[in-house]
Amino acid sequence: MRGNELTMNNRYLLALGAGLLFSAQTASAHWIYISNEKDDTISVIDSETNEVIKTIEVGERPRGVTLSKDFKYLFICASDSDTVQMMDLATDKIIHDLPSGEDPEQFALHPDNKHLYIANEDDAIATVVNIETRTVVAQVDVGVEPEGMAVSYDGKWAIVTSETTNMAHWIDTETHELIDNTLVDQRPRDAEFTRDDKELWVSSEIGGTVSVIDTSSRQIKHVINFEIKGISADRIQPVGIELTADGKHAFIALGPANHVAVVDRATYEPIEYILVGRRVWHTALTPEQDKLYTTNGVSGDVTVVDVKTLKAEKSIKVGRFPWGAAILPTDKIPG
Amino acid sequence: MNAIQMKTVIKFLPSHLSTIRAAIATAAMLFCSLSLHAESLEVKIIYLEQQRERPPVLSNLVVHPQDEGEQGALLGIADNNTTGKFLKHNYAIEKFIVPIDEDIIAVASTALTGANLVVANVATEQLLQIVDLPEAQDDLFFNAGSTATALRHNNCRQNMLHTLPSRAMLTDALMQFFSKRKWDSLYLLQGNRDVDALYADSIRASAKKYRLSIDHEKQWIDDADMRRNASAEIPKFTQARKYDVIVVADEDDDFGQYVLYNAWLPRPVAGTAGLESVAWDRVVEQWGAAQLQSRFQELTQRSMTSIDYAAWAAVRSIGEAVTRSKVTETDAIREYLLSDKFALAGFKGAKMTYRTWNGQLRQPIPLVHPQSVVALAPIEGFLHHKTELDTLGLDQPESECEAMN
Repeated sequence: MRGNELTMNNRYLLALGAGLLFSAQTASAHWIYISNEKDDTISVIDSETNEVIKTIEVGERPRGVTLSKDFKYLFICASDSDTVQMMDLATDKIIHDLPSGEDPEQFALHPDNKHLYIANEDDAIATVVNIETRTVVAQVDVGVEPEGMAVSYDGKWAIVTSETTNMAHWIDTETHELIDNTLVDQRPRDAEFTRDDKELWVSSEIGGTVSVIDTSSRQIKHVINFEIKGISADRIQPVGIELTADGKHAFIALGPANHVAVVDRATYEPIEYILVGRRVWHTALTPEQDKLYTTNGVSGDVTVVDVKTLKAEKSIKVGRFPWGAAILPTDKIPG
Repeated sequence: MNAIQMKTVIKFLPSHLSTIRAAIATAAMLFCSLSLHAESLEVKIIYLEQQRERPPVLSNLVVHPQDEGEQGALLGIADNNTTGKFLKHNYAIEKFIVPIDEDIIAVASTALTGANLVVANVATEQLLQIVDLPEAQDDLFFNAGSTATALRHNNCRQNMLHTLPSRAMLTDALMQFFSKRKWDSLYLLQGNRDVDALYADSIRASAKKYRLSIDHEKQWIDDADMRRNASAEIPKFTQARKYDVIVVADEDDDFGQYVLYNAWLPRPVAGTAGLESVAWDRVVEQWGAAQLQSRFQELTQRSMTSIDYAAWAAVRSIGEAVTRSKVTETDAIREYLLSDKFALAGFKGAKMTYRTWNGQLRQPIPLVHPQSVVALAPIEGFLHHKTELDTLGLDQPESECEAMN
């Protein structure tokens, strides 16, 4: 109870300081779904208290998680169960195991809320599943160890990165044909489009870089390098990318460097490195874009970063090896 | 690829582009990427192996896969071709596997006409004879079969890179771990074969480098059957008042495995038995390694060894050079591999590059026991001005390799 009062006070002060009036609704009581790779569970964090409010058992080795566009379902890549699970958020029950192909690691949902693009790590293919009919629509041959997945906001492109082939593969979502390949640095992991779809950002874990690719030419227009004082270059291994909606910043999780880099998108220069937990994999921004949640694999926790001050505020213990994160906005929380 | 892209050009223009100007620009761009991709390349890699004579050992459990090395190279070719199909690059392997009693030098001298890329899984002495053949001078060899430190030192060659770690790297990795754990006092137990002497020398050099003390040394006796009486013999044999760890130098696994749990003092065993430093082992699963392991397992129905890994890394190095530089000539590949541009993702958590002064592939060294990885060297805290990977093995000032300059 006391904790709650304090939080309220802080929020009140913050609101005053910013000269803004927050309604109770926008005061970010979101739910953050975190997949725990080695516990076969999902931890749910309430962003108001920043505490785990429930833990849900799911399939084996859950990694990528994403919400349906209507926020009714959570999709979970249960890698070792060889399936993508569809969880009903109203009941926390797995209602479907989708035919995902083997060893699904990451995926992306098309804006049509119907087609799920899944990377099948062991098979060098990407599988497209219709989530309404729960059938495989297409399988596309891609490079060795497909990993990252992204669909452009306009829905035209699906991107899959392949870790050993070192490419971002461009798939036409109308024909499901592979159109082009952009060679990037070693071991590409995550891929994200900017909101205007003009750029595709791809992180390279072993190359230690992030490539910014021009969508129209599919050529690299900029390569971002990172440098943290006192941390050897070998440990700087970019994975998760989160781009702010206002187009100003990018947050890059740097893996065993235990930092999240903040990149100025006007100059493509890193402007800040935020110390978080150990082996940071992925990050997720709240709908207000005021807080960033990071999954820290080795330390088994989630760090809350304040976007305005770029400071880590709190660590939240979750399950073993947290990997993916997805945020359910407050007005979509069931019940 | 071509057909698909042509189709795209046709499909694309009317449906997605509004202005003619943009259409022309995009068409030009597509044409560029098309012409870039259209240049198909063929890369031939020779795999050269002389099958090894395995000296008799006490245990019946010590087995070496017959196709060690070869299968690593084949997986590398498969990986390269999956990538290559997007670029119209094709990789082929030509295998020369010479039985124990046949003359590999003769085979090599006929096989090596022209400027070849050669993955060699050959014992040290034969390897030196092969790389010194007049026919081999235009070739580029990848040593995937010999840990001899001398090949990275005073016996290095300009036409030879090394994807297998040297003994110096392997023993340095152990010493870093001992140092971290404060196991300062070593008991060195040395086998009677030539390779054991080399391994023991490497242990001595690494102990000196990391300021650890070899307080006891003993040569193994060959006349006992340890399968029956290890528990009676080993305690007496390892009797001493104090040591922190026993280091076994027994590369053929003749007796080392019997030292575990039988030593006079209850101390860990490391070296060629117990805690081993390796290029690769089936227990390595972090850093995406599980994927490489499962690809290899699927291909061969067995687990991947250090020599398999070294052969895979050699073929993948070539693939990486060709993919990025679009060249296939041997000397251009060599130049690319030794440049700052090259990096190989090797599933060990750090990018792997070649040391320009002796051609050794820099790489992390896992310290393993049969069920798990204990640590990954370089161990945190051992610093280097350039890359911490250079704390393992011969650093530039230590290497007497002149041929590479």
